[in-house]
Amino acid sequence: MRSDRPVTTRGFDPKAQAGKVPAPDRRVEVLVIGAGPAGVAAALEARARGAQVLLIDENPVSAGLMGLDLPLYFGGRYTGAVQAKARMMEQVFAANPVLETAFEAGVEIELGVYCWGAWVPGAGLASLPEPLAGLADEERSWMVGFRRLIVATGARDVAFSFKGWDQPGVMGARALRALLDTYDAFSGRKLAILGSGELALRTARLALDRGLDVVALIEVDDAVQGPSDLLIPGLEILTGHAPVRAVGGIAGVERLTVRDLATGAERTLDCDTVVQAIAVTPTIELLDVLGADLAMQPALGGHAPVSPDGLSTSLVEVSIAGSVAGVPGGLGIDPLAYQEAWMRALMAITDDSVVVCQCEDVTREALLAVRQPSYLGPPSPAMAARDLGQLLDDGPANQDQIKRLTRACMGPCQARRCREQVALILACASNEPVSRVPLAGYRAPVRPLPLSVLAAWDEDPVMAGHWDVWFGIKGQWTPYADIGTDREALYDGLFGGDMHL
Amino acid sequence: MTGATVIVVGGGVTGLSAAWWLARSGVDVLVLDKGIVGWEASGRNGGGASHYHSPLFHEEQRLWPLMDEMLGYSTEYRRERVVFATNALHHEQYQRMAQMCRAIGYRVDDLDPAQVREFVPLAGDNVVSGIHLRFGGQANPQRTVQAYAWALQDLGGQIRQHAPVTRILTAGGKVTGVETARGAFACDHLVVAAGPQGEALLVQVGARLPLAPARAEMIVTEPAPLMPVGGADGNGLYGRQTLRGNLAYGGGPHEWMDVGPDGPARRPSTPLLRNLSRRVAELLPKAAHLRVIRSWAGVVENTPDGRPVIDRLDDPGNLTVATMSGVGFGLSPATGHAIRDLVLDGRCAFADLDKLSIKRFAGLPEDWREAAGWVATTHAEAIAALAG
Repeated sequence: MRSDRPVTTRGFDPKAQAGKVPAPDRRVEVLVIGAGPAGVAAALEARARGAQVLLIDENPVSAGLMGLDLPLYFGGRYTGAVQAKARMMEQVFAANPVLETAFEAGVEIELGVYCWGAWVPGAGLASLPEPLAGLADEERSWMVGFRRLIVATGARDVAFSFKGWDQPGVMGARALRALLDTYDAFSGRKLAILGSGELALRTARLALDRGLDVVALIEVDDAVQGPSDLLIPGLEILTGHAPVRAVGGIAGVERLTVRDLATGAERTLDCDTVVQAIAVTPTIELLDVLGADLAMQPALGGHAPVSPDGLSTSLVEVSIAGSVAGVPGGLGIDPLAYQEAWMRALMAITDDSVVVCQCEDVTREALLAVRQPSYLGPPSPAMAARDLGQLLDDGPANQDQIKRLTRACMGPCQARRCREQVALILACASNEPVSRVPLAGYRAPVRPLPLSVLAAWDEDPVMAGHWDVWFGIKGQWTPYADIGTDREALYDGLFGGDMHL
Repeated sequence: MTGATVIVVGGGVTGLSAAWWLARSGVDVLVLDKGIVGWEASGRNGGGASHYHSPLFHEEQRLWPLMDEMLGYSTEYRRERVVFATNALHHEQYQRMAQMCRAIGYRVDDLDPAQVREFVPLAGDNVVSGIHLRFGGQANPQRTVQAYAWALQDLGGQIRQHAPVTRILTAGGKVTGVETARGAFACDHLVVAAGPQGEALLVQVGARLPLAPARAEMIVTEPAPLMPVGGADGNGLYGRQTLRGNLAYGGGPHEWMDVGPDGPARRPSTPLLRNLSRRVAELLPKAAHLRVIRSWAGVVENTPDGRPVIDRLDDPGNLTVATMSGVGFGLSPATGHAIRDLVLDGRCAFADLDKLSIKRFAGLPEDWREAAGWVATTHAEAIAALAG
């Protein structure tokens, strides 16, 4: 409290947010985000304890979001089947038999529903009446109140840039699994797989089991990273190699050229798909919006929720289940050191004209030069003389600062394709471990949704009645010359809450 | 003890502009920031540059078109604004704004709906009228903050980031320096432009700077084709189309909060983004299909009357303070100039700032924030107050 003596009258600011956050469209006891194995198990457990449970999953996501590589790095290698939402809905349900079990147990299930934000009352958010989640489908958005939220959003692909990585056919390992298992809509045939760790080896096994060709695994390290029991006889693993460029046509990748890092010898592999199976990272975006404590935890694959038991978070209303808690790299593997090794190899053999941020067309060269975006035209002499090194003189690399200047990570894909690799590039360029680069924050909406979908068309009249362009402070916009004169009263109500500066 | 002739506490737009103006006059200057330059409201705002109520307005208008050249870096400044009405009430209010601007000698054109749609092609059939401010404009806050910082360094000024100031050092009734988390620094003159943190700092020298911080939020869409006028306002929103094409809009309720010496604990953006989305879709119906890809929240410090403080104290006489109460970004070119004048000459040569003196708050009750309701308020407390 700011004063020791009792406050005689506590005022009320009708222009403030408190009192205007509407009641949710519905309330549930337990809301589970993500219907993967961990989410379904958590939903079933809550149901078994008698709770009313709503389980939502964004799959099938709209073809538009898949085109932006959300939530996974799909790389365009899917059939037209993903356009047929109703059919996809059946496919997604059928592909996940435990959903049937959950449904029979009385768990309410909504597929094709996004959670684009979630909030609990707390610091800076005293006005929130109760814990709320923002949900949406293709048509509309709505709010759901919850007593407990279980975030089971899993993990997503970490992408690496090389020449040609921005064409159809370059995708992530999680996305490949989703296209094969969840969507039954993968359109590739011949795969080159980047990485040789457990993720890469399991990806190769999955592809072979589905009758696909795996032309080779590519590994920058001199040794295969995964456990020997996952090795597949006859499968070629090119250790000490890195991808130089993917070449293709209008339908995407047709060939991948790889280079022997020791000899410089190049080899070209015929393939229509390059699967990046180097790393995945916990999908923590909702937890960041919620304000749950997150920390860089290299052993868990990057930034992950602070959780003593792998279930609880720093927020009493929010718990976690499954890979969002962390994705260990496997016995003896430091996932971040492995990612750094990959980035260093790629930076050493590919020139800096490679595009890192696809949405905003930012090259690695532009990132390292902290170059202003091309729509500003040629840089001034002073600007041209600036680079990342000078920015680092002022303090440690901060991705949020650099993205404001270069626009890397500022596009509609919400940086799913470049967030981690920008951090890796900054780390490699500044000779720091990537674990020292602060998390670039996530903000709602964590899915890019149209204005017309997010819009509160059924707005509370209290909100509309007190709406002001700015704070509604009486006299704030009185012209300076009239302050303290008898003209001051003229301005009361002259502009309503609609003074525009 | 190392230091500089002038130390500026706070690397927001106001502090950086002041430091840059001082460096332009050949003064050895050091900016100290608790974190990264422009990290708070200076880099998280609507970018508007049309403050016709301010005594610094004329200087603001004179300087913005020159800033890219003067700084040597792009601010993404674009001239002019269109404010347009989609109902009769807004039409009347915007007409009054136009009259107010004309009265001080600035050109404002009335627009019919077709003309509005020419300047703002994303507007729709619901346009009633518009006014075209042939002055003012908007810039990119994040790029501008960095431009100030770099321009300052190019003139030999220093910036220390991650150096929160914990104490103002005084001797013999004068400021002698500051203590930070990264050591002490000596100075002949101190400028405090520390946003919400300014109040607690000034208490140390016996000065009262009453401030109430609040969070305000904005949403950002994916890019749309560039409109002839990017500064297009109305429907209870402030905002702009960036040069990249994104629409960035804010407005509506704020949330009062307390801010400690390290800055805001969090800057959440809230379900308000649904109300903002609705208003942008109503203002710009042809943009309703655009996807919202981000939101921001900035924490703004407010004085009790919502007007800035720009003042050189009587005691200690070598301390100048500035807090802008929500209009810091747009006015920053002029504010920095004014602070330079106060520090070097003791008075502002180009504008009367008497009514922005800190002295006006001398008799303010201790509990003014509670009395105004400018404190963190729960939903239940607000519902009770609204019912009462």
